[in-house]
Amino acid sequence: MESRAITLESEHDIVVARGEVRAMAVALGFRLIDQTRLATVTSELARNIVKYAGRGRVIAQAAQAADGREGMRLIFEDSGAGIPNIEAAMRDGFTTGRGLGQGLPGSRRLAHEFEIESSPERGTRVVVVRWI
Amino acid sequence: MNGSQRIPILKVGRVLVVPVQVDMDDRTVIGLQERILSELERTGARGVLIDISLLEMVDSFIGRMLSDIAAMARIMDARTVVVGIQPAVAITLVELGLELRGVDTVLNVDEGIKLLREEFGADDESGDDDEDAEFQGEWHSFGEPRHHA
Repeated sequence: MESRAITLESEHDIVVARGEVRAMAVALGFRLIDQTRLATVTSELARNIVKYAGRGRVIAQAAQAADGREGMRLIFEDSGAGIPNIEAAMRDGFTTGRGLGQGLPGSRRLAHEFEIESSPERGTRVVVVRWI
Repeated sequence: MNGSQRIPILKVGRVLVVPVQVDMDDRTVIGLQERILSELERTGARGVLIDISLLEMVDSFIGRMLSDIAAMARIMDARTVVVGIQPAVAITLVELGLELRGVDTVLNVDEGIKLLREEFGADDESGDDDEDAEFQGEWHSFGEPRHHA
């Protein structure tokens, strides 16, 4: 299955991204609850990019595990200022903005795999995988 | 499409009914919150019923909006009920770590109206001693500016 890149630079792009990811999740054969999880993760992480980095993108693609399991991989990238303290940002309740601090830790709970790397030089990259 | 979408706010008796039928962008969410509060003040409604049965996703932003509306409405002496959360949305909300603090949830609009009416007491249902009487059984959309007596 193809890979899709969605530009994130406005609030409306957040709505577009979660809609596109849900449609792709449907096409890949995810059940309803997982479609909802993937759309919600997309909304949380896309908003982080629009709110904190200003702009970036999400790449949505089909994924296959070594053991043959199929799923979906979402790569969120921006070249913003980075997250100074990732460990703190991954804790429930931590926020620097107006959020409730649920975005990153909540997203991790909605995914099977979750990787985050961030630096002031290269921005932030979050990779999320959910298996069917 | 850009700009904010318009979510209708209907007055049914002493309850504001808010059917959310589209996936809202953040600006629409904030605008809706402000409009609900100003309609509460303008109409003296005692309850807010937000129907999210058509929402396929509630993220932390929308979840916070629902909690905030409930908290602000309570300060204005009104009770908020959220109806029709889809099971997949409920599961996702809990996994996200959102509790929808202060928000009562029921399964459908009928239950929501019943709950709010019980809250006001039976006297309010007749509506015969206040200015809301004219609204009984009628649905008014406040989506567009209009004059009210």
